[in-house]
Amino acid sequence: MGTMTLLFTSTTLVYLAASIFYLVSMIGKRPQAGRIGRWLLLAGIIFHAACFAVQHSTARGTPVTSLHESLSFFAWCLILLFLLLDLRFRLSVMGAFAAPLAFLSMVASALSPNIVVQLSPVLKSWLFPVHIMFAFLGNAAFALAFGAGVMYLIQNRMLKSKHFTGIYQLLPSLDVLDRVNYTCLSIGFPLMTLGIISGAFWANTAWGTYWRWDPKETWALITWFLYAALLHGRLSTGWRGRRAAIFSIIAFIFLLFTFLGVNLLLSGYHTFDAFAVL
Amino acid sequence: MNIVIVGLSHKTAPVEIREKVAFPPSAMEAPLQQMLKLPSVSEAVIVSTCNRVELYVISRQPDAAIIELKQFLADFHNLKLETLQDHLYDFEGAAAIKHVLRVASSLDSMMIGEPQILGQIKSAYGYACEHKTVGLILNRFLNKAFSVAKRVRNETAIASNAVSVSFAAVELARKIFDSLENKTVMLIGAGEMCELAAKHFINNGVSKVLVTNRTFSRAEKLAEEFGGVAVSFDNFREQLHRVDIVLSSTGAPDYVLSAKKLKEVSKMRRYEPMFLIDIAVPRDIDPLANKLDSIYLYDVDDLQGVVQANLKGRQKEAAKAELIISEEVDQFCLWLSSLEVKPTIVALRQRMEQIRQGEVEKTLNSLTRLEDKERKAIEAMTSAIINKILHHPTYILKQKNNDADGNLYVDVARTLFDLTDQGGIELNNDKSNS
Repeated sequence: MGTMTLLFTSTTLVYLAASIFYLVSMIGKRPQAGRIGRWLLLAGIIFHAACFAVQHSTARGTPVTSLHESLSFFAWCLILLFLLLDLRFRLSVMGAFAAPLAFLSMVASALSPNIVVQLSPVLKSWLFPVHIMFAFLGNAAFALAFGAGVMYLIQNRMLKSKHFTGIYQLLPSLDVLDRVNYTCLSIGFPLMTLGIISGAFWANTAWGTYWRWDPKETWALITWFLYAALLHGRLSTGWRGRRAAIFSIIAFIFLLFTFLGVNLLLSGYHTFDAFAVL
Repeated sequence: MNIVIVGLSHKTAPVEIREKVAFPPSAMEAPLQQMLKLPSVSEAVIVSTCNRVELYVISRQPDAAIIELKQFLADFHNLKLETLQDHLYDFEGAAAIKHVLRVASSLDSMMIGEPQILGQIKSAYGYACEHKTVGLILNRFLNKAFSVAKRVRNETAIASNAVSVSFAAVELARKIFDSLENKTVMLIGAGEMCELAAKHFINNGVSKVLVTNRTFSRAEKLAEEFGGVAVSFDNFREQLHRVDIVLSSTGAPDYVLSAKKLKEVSKMRRYEPMFLIDIAVPRDIDPLANKLDSIYLYDVDDLQGVVQANLKGRQKEAAKAELIISEEVDQFCLWLSSLEVKPTIVALRQRMEQIRQGEVEKTLNSLTRLEDKERKAIEAMTSAIINKILHHPTYILKQKNNDADGNLYVDVARTLFDLTDQGGIELNNDKSNS
């Protein structure tokens, strides 16, 4: 337990340091700081992965049953995907969005009670971790699509108004931002779909029905339709650029509500402590 | 030892004067060798570009060197000194160091931040190396100048934004399309600025060029020049959906392209972005088109605005660069002064004395039973050893002081005996950028 707390804390601090470097890089227009941020994030996900490994070995099973664990897992997915995108598109400036989001997610995780949830034997199935991992990887991809969308709108606005501020130099081209948006979408959507399907199968093994119209399920379905519409728009009618950026921002707000709002505001069996009761 | 500069630049001399005193790169040996033969000059470099001609030398008598160099510049080009006198400037010591660092960092250029000057100084240094007219000081000094220029470039945004209209257009296009490869440009009408911009686009990777003109033969001629295709003016609009970048400068009194037409084109392109540059006055393209989602329309004033903002930005960055330079000037002056013989000899003695005292103390501490007289004898003996050892090096340093390579001996002495507490260490590491 000591090792885990240590790993968790150091991961959080490394994410914080990376956030500072990325923000300095963006505000102070110093690209070198962004490079340091990248290495820090790489160190961060390694610590973080070690943290999960320790957790797994201490017989707690899949480390994503409580809000504490899932927020932390979300941060890990987010940074992993960001680093992969950065490798492909050189998106240093997006680190100023991804790293602080991961850090805040870790802080929120630290603040929420770290309870050990013992799953009832009925719920223990390989489908459960699969369901959750797909869902969170998908969420992370959509979060990055949201970030790319915001950056696109800023850049687009500057190019249209012909008034350029400091951040202009650091932003990648509209073309790259649009491609990032599309890439995230085409990674996120299948993951989300698989997440929902595996969840349905798991529900069937646990409770005997695939779908129970629980608030989380309903909202996830709404979000899924939004992303499906966006993907369809992009592929068939040539939606791109500003329209796609705005759409992915709106869809992400829905996703955020599905992920957090439903748990905090509505009740259903997807609430994190509901597992223990069942 | 002093760095001395005599020269003229676009700031002090018109082109008629500058072209008369230029040194062609193919014939550098003669002037460089002649400069070395001047009585008070010991190392020499000539920087000759279309905007400046400068002579960099090392001398013990800066005042004499300045007079000799001015005379040399006039004589070499068969001019009367009076015709040059008013255009020449001269610097020595810290002012000279500062001047060269500013020039190399492109702070003294006509267009602040332009990148060519550094390359030009590097080749000037290359010629001097080739003809062996540089020694220890200019060698290290110019390498220092190169590394400072690099530092200025890295630590300030002095060269980051385009300051000409056609470059600004290319830069904007890069912010929209990322890479210009496989993009298509269409020129509507002809005009100097338009053609210049087209050339920049082609140099930056644009692969396909379409040209249209009311007079088809002109379109054909331009198309041939750019390796493109001529399109008749009556139906160029039918080709627009294949075009990513439009450069327009017709003499038409009305809009040649309406917002409505561009809306159709945009739809045909499935909203792939389009960058339109309208250089014509009166304008060719309906400004309302800029409101369309995937259309980015810039007219002449917009581009000028971008250039003005960039220039302002460069001036701001230049202030930051000046700070870096004054810091580096101080550092280099420190190294230069360390090359003086007297302080070196003093430092050398101090160093030896320090070692001697330390060792004597150690020895005497272990020999507790010695008489006072014997202690004094040991002190005297060790002092004598130091004097004997230092005698010859001191003599050589003083004697070589008057030779051309005297600085080299001082520098070596400082390195061998680790007398580097005066800023010499950092300077030693700057040779990687030549």
